[in-house]
This record gives sequence, structure tokens and C-alpha cells, in this order.
Amino acid sequence: MSNSDYDPACLPDLLPIYYRRLFPFSQYYRWLSYGGVSKNYFQNREFSFTLKDDIYVRYQSFTTQNELEKEMQKMVPYKIDIGAVYSHRPSQHNAVKSGTFQALEKELVFDIDMTDYDDVRRCCSAADICSKCWTLMTIAIRILDRALREDFGFHHLLWVYSGRRGVHCWVCDDAARKLSVAARSAVAEYLSLIKGGEETLRKVVLSDPIHPFINHSLLVVERYFRQYAIVDQDILGSKESVDKVLAVLPEDIKKDLAVSFKDEKDPMKRWDLLCDLVARKKSNSKKGGQYFDKEIMLQYCYPRLDVNVSKGVNHLLKSPFSVHPKTGRISVPIDLKELNTFDPFEVPTISLICEELERPRAEEAEEDDMKDKENEQEAGERRRIRDYKRTSLAKYVKVFDRFLEAMARSRKGDMLKKSDLQKDF
Amino acid sequence: MQFPGRRKKLIGSSQNDLYDHCLQFYGQPPLENISLAEFETFAVERLKLLKTVENIGVSYVKNSDQYSKKLEAEFSSLNFPLKTELGDRKVQGGISEYEKRRKDHISHFILRLAYCQTEDLRRWFIQQEMDLFRYRFGELTPKHKTDFLHKNNLKYETVSAEEKKSLKDKLITSSYGLSGITVEEYDFYKVPFQDALDLVRTRKVYLLAGNAYIPHHEIVTIVLNDFRTRLSKALAMTARSLPVVQSDERLQPLLSHLSHAYVGQDYSIQKNIGKISLEQIDALSGKSFPLCMRHLHKALRENHHLRHGGRMQYGLFLKGIGLTLEQALQFWRSEFVKGKVDADKVRLLL
Repeated sequence: MSNSDYDPACLPDLLPIYYRRLFPFSQYYRWLSYGGVSKNYFQNREFSFTLKDDIYVRYQSFTTQNELEKEMQKMVPYKIDIGAVYSHRPSQHNAVKSGTFQALEKELVFDIDMTDYDDVRRCCSAADICSKCWTLMTIAIRILDRALREDFGFHHLLWVYSGRRGVHCWVCDDAARKLSVAARSAVAEYLSLIKGGEETLRKVVLSDPIHPFINHSLLVVERYFRQYAIVDQDILGSKESVDKVLAVLPEDIKKDLAVSFKDEKDPMKRWDLLCDLVARKKSNSKKGGQYFDKEIMLQYCYPRLDVNVSKGVNHLLKSPFSVHPKTGRISVPIDLKELNTFDPFEVPTISLICEELERPRAEEAEEDDMKDKENEQEAGERRRIRDYKRTSLAKYVKVFDRFLEAMARSRKGDMLKKSDLQKDF
Repeated sequence: MQFPGRRKKLIGSSQNDLYDHCLQFYGQPPLENISLAEFETFAVERLKLLKTVENIGVSYVKNSDQYSKKLEAEFSSLNFPLKTELGDRKVQGGISEYEKRRKDHISHFILRLAYCQTEDLRRWFIQQEMDLFRYRFGELTPKHKTDFLHKNNLKYETVSAEEKKSLKDKLITSSYGLSGITVEEYDFYKVPFQDALDLVRTRKVYLLAGNAYIPHHEIVTIVLNDFRTRLSKALAMTARSLPVVQSDERLQPLLSHLSHAYVGQDYSIQKNIGKISLEQIDALSGKSFPLCMRHLHKALRENHHLRHGGRMQYGLFLKGIGLTLEQALQFWRSEFVKGKVDADKVRLLL
């Protein structure tokens, strides 16, 4: 059982173990250094920590991996956020002439939060999630991943489970990190289809011509819609939810459907009736371009992003591999190849992995211990690698490793291209 | 602007190089000597042109036929370049195309000096220059448009015919008003999405692998953004080197006259000359009222009350400086009501 009975009160005891023996510092440092191509990239990165008793400290920065480790082991943060790479070391920002301390670069990030879907999910609300509504995250990841790769040409995307009720995406390409505020907000708006707040009934409006991006997204939504919305969420079952669905339709269609639904109680057949009616109205109408059925599918399933998270270059976002204090779950990278089987309730908690550490070790472990006595520093790292490999964290660190490998290969390719251009053999 | 020692002897071929396109981004400042008279004339005429651009833009829909006709007429009368081909010889009794382009170049830079100093001046100048540029770019043939792009390092490639064919459906559905035929006919440019943010944000363009596929009639938006960014940066730089220029006594009066001439709306609409309005009273009382009146005003504001004599004196003064009867009533009523005098009673007081 993955839960292993996580109790937030144990956090002060578990976190030191996590930071000393399990947090993947060397991969983390490797990620944020980006191959050392830009000078001081790691040193000028802002981190923020939330310490015990909700004490929040910003503008933390570190000069080496070792310093990062020591500080985290000393301060034992409950939450870790990653900010931008600044013009100077964030820890020295007060010493810099006012106006010259600026955020220069940061990954392009997206935050999908399940609470933003509360008006369209019936199974849970607020911070709760379940296997039924988790499909929304799967849909969101598929749509956004495709668009960011195919439309925008990005290659290095890290999808991370937030630990409770959502997912984050870190777009780490060089070009992405250099994007301006205007560019980030343009990308986020391109990806947004849901407009309107609580009072708006019809949140998606489609008109001719339908942009290829919307068509691609509809293809994804259509794959999941019947099982997710009609069966799991049962949006055409009870009167209350039927009314909500019909509320976005024009009067004439609404009336016809209300009548047909009196005789037809099967939700799947009701959906078919709705689609047929919309199709008929469309072919009769001179205006054309009436896509009410598609609009409903999008309203219930399409990803809802918070543009503000993506816009700011200096926006701080929860770090991968940090712990969620309320659930104890580690913010782990998501392997897109296994997306269909990803289960947020199987993500290891800090209590689980600390417990797994205590299990009796295999024989080879004792030999390794002998080698360790010879070289202390490397020993620390080797021990840490052996340690996490014995826990459920292992497979997630592997996903992270593969992500880092891909970036390293791509950097090498770029350098070769550059030196070829310069005729530098 | 630099005035190097000797006037450059311009030979035929280099003449053509310098102004080989009727449109330019004004990247390089002119490097020659000109007379003060020419300096002044060029500047004033360009200012007239920009002012016309502003007026016509207000009176007609931008880029409509009437707009274009009016602007074209102004171009000719002020001798600014429009033709895309450089004539070889001087036109009989007229000014050569080359001369017009030279004037365009020099006058732009002169006006930069005059309009770089304040945010308002810069904004106005950039707005008119952009409208002007948009009009002139729109008048170019597609070939000249592509020429212009390449000459100015906007290395946007055109999309090959095969690629257009394979993407035909996608291209049709991503921009409004395109059909299968127009997609085949029109040139499409591949522009990195970062240079086409307005089109990306509103999803009005097809995106693939980080490139926006822009039909040639939309390319002007991209070019304009680039133009605005460059001009904005240049003006900021010009403002920094302005003190040097202003120290030249010959130029200083001309430049300040130019920048005070046509700027925004406030100067062209004569609002209440010789009269004041309610909002101005507080500000003026500190600066321009005679001391006795200032004292009365202050007392009124502090006590929300003035005695009969004071009301008569101050009331007559306000009438004299141009406050209308309605405004006067409003003024007194608002002040006395604060002093908890019944609004109706105020009427009796005046």
C-alpha cells in the first residue's frame, strides 16, 4: 500500500531523512545547470523555502550542489519552490543597485489544478480527486504536450504530479527559457479555450473556420468523452446535471431535447440524440458553423490553465521532488509512455519511502559499504543512489534521468552544429 | 546626426545603393552635409506629412480607398517617395525619385531629434511613423515586399509550393478568409512564433514546429512590430545623445519649435481660452490667483463657509476669470454642503 499511513505530524522527522538520503541532488543540480552553457545559471537561480510554522523565505540561492544540499539539510524546508534565473545572485539582491536586479530567464511552466474544473465534475470538489476525475489530467497532458511539441516546436517537457490535485509542466528548451512575458502570455492564450467565470454558462464558443489546434484537441477529447463524461461523470443522468448541460444550448434545441429525454433515460443514447439534433440543425441552418456538441465536450474536458502562472518570468512554482505537506506525496515526474496507467494514489509518500529504507539490505550492499569507507564524499553520493534505488522513488528518478539525458544529447547536437558552422573541426 | 568634414561625392552606382528601395527602416543615419535651410524645410515638410497621416487616419478608415487616395495626394504635393523604381534621370522640372528618398531619410532623422524627449512625443511620433510605414508597405508589390524583408534581415522564408500543398487544409482553416485558391496563389512566410505574438495569441495563424505560417497580406503586422521595436529603441538612444545636439545654437530653436508644434490633441483643440473650469480652481489658486483671492479660497475650503462680504468678492472674481454660472453654483453648493448647510439654502446665499 502506497499510503503507509502518512501523518503530517511526522514530517519534521521524515524530512531530514529524505533530504539526507533520498532527494536526488545530483540529478537536480544537473537539471538546473543546463550543461553549464550559461555562466552562473545555477548560482543566479532563485529558490524559495517554506519552513516549519509556515515561515516563508525567498531569494535563496546556492553556489554549488554541495551548498544546496547542506542548506536544505540544515533548513529542512516543508515546501520548495523554483523561481527565475536572475541577473545577480538572489541571496545578494539587496546589495545590488536598485533597478538592476532582474529576472532574466525561466522555464515556461503550466499549472493544471483540479479545482478549476469544479463546475464540471460531479465526483469531487475542491482539493479532492478520484480516479474518475483524474482522467481530466490525462486529457490535459495529452492535449498540451502535443501542442507544445508539434505547434510550438518545444522538445524538452517535464510533466510533474503536484502531490495533491494537479499536474505541472516545465518546458525546459533554451528558447522557452528565454521567452518574454508577452510571449509566455501569448502561448498560454493560444492554449486557452475555456472563457468565463462562475456566471458564464456557455464557456466555449466555436465558429468557422475551426483552427487546426482546436481540431487536434477535439480528437483527444473525443477519445475519452463517452467513458469519462457520459459514464463516469454521468452528466446526462440526473435532472440537475442534464439541465446544466442543456443550459449552454439555444432554446429550440433545448426544448426538443427536453421532450426526447422524457422517453429516453439511457445517458449514452441521450448523448447520441443531442449530437444528431445538433447535426440536423447545422445542415438546415444558413449560418452553418454550429458546433454545440463539440462545445459541450470541450467545456467538460478541455484543460483549464491559469494564465498568470505561465505569464510571469519571476513566478515561483513548486519544485519537482518536493514533498506535499498535506498528502505526504512526492512531486514526481510523470512518464508519458505510461500515462494511461498513472495513478496519483500510487505515488509514493515520504513515509513510505522512508520506511522502505529501513528494510533489510541485500548482501551486495555490505561490500559497497566497504568501498565507501575509502572515499567519503563519493561514498555519500553512491550511498544515496543505492538508497533511493531501494525505494519506490526509483522509477521516478529514472524518468527524470531519461529527461536529462535527452537534454544533454540535444545540447551536444547543438554544439556540433555550431562548430560545424564555424568550420571548427 | 553626424556632419563629417567633406561632402561625399556620390557616384551613380552608390547613389543607387544608398536608396535602392523606396521604403526603409531608417536603420542608418544620413552621413552628409546639408544646409540649414534644407534641414528646416525637410523637417517641416515631414511634420506636415505626419500631421496629415494623423488627420486622415481620424477622418477615414485606415487603409480604405479614400484614405489611400488622400494620402497619395499629400505624398505628391510634399514630394515624398512613392514610386518603387528609381528613375535614371532627373524628371523634367521636378524632383527625382532619388531626391525624394533622400528627403525621406533625412527628415525622419531630424524629427527623431525633435520627438525623442518625452514619452508623449515619442508615442505620437511612433504612431504616425507606423501608420505611414503601414501605408507605404501596403502599396508595394509582393516582390518588393519580399525584397524589403530580405534587405532588412527579416529572413523570413517563403513556404515552398509542395509544403503549401501538404498543409493546404490546415492553412485554410487557420486564417480567416482564405480558400484553396488563395492559399495556392498567395505567398506564405514562415516566421518564428515569437515574432508573430498577436496572431498566435488570437489563434489566427497556423503554427508548426514553432513557426507561424503567415499569408503575405498579414506580414505587414509582423514587420510593423519590428519597426516599432526598432524605432522605440532608437528614440531612447537618441534622447541620451540629445544634449550634444541641443548645444548647437543653430538647431536648438528649430528643434524645440518642431516638438511644440503638432503633438497630440491638446494643442489643436482650443479649450476655453481665457476661461477657467471647475477642476482648475484649486491648482490655479496656488499659482495664479492674487493673494487676497487665494486667501479667500483657502478659507472657503477649510471652513466650508464664507461670509457675505467674502462671498461677494470671491464670487465676482470667479465670474471675472471665466467661471460660468452653472459651474459657480456647483462650486459654491459643493463647498457649503460640506459645511452642513442645506443645499437649497445655498441658492439663497448667492
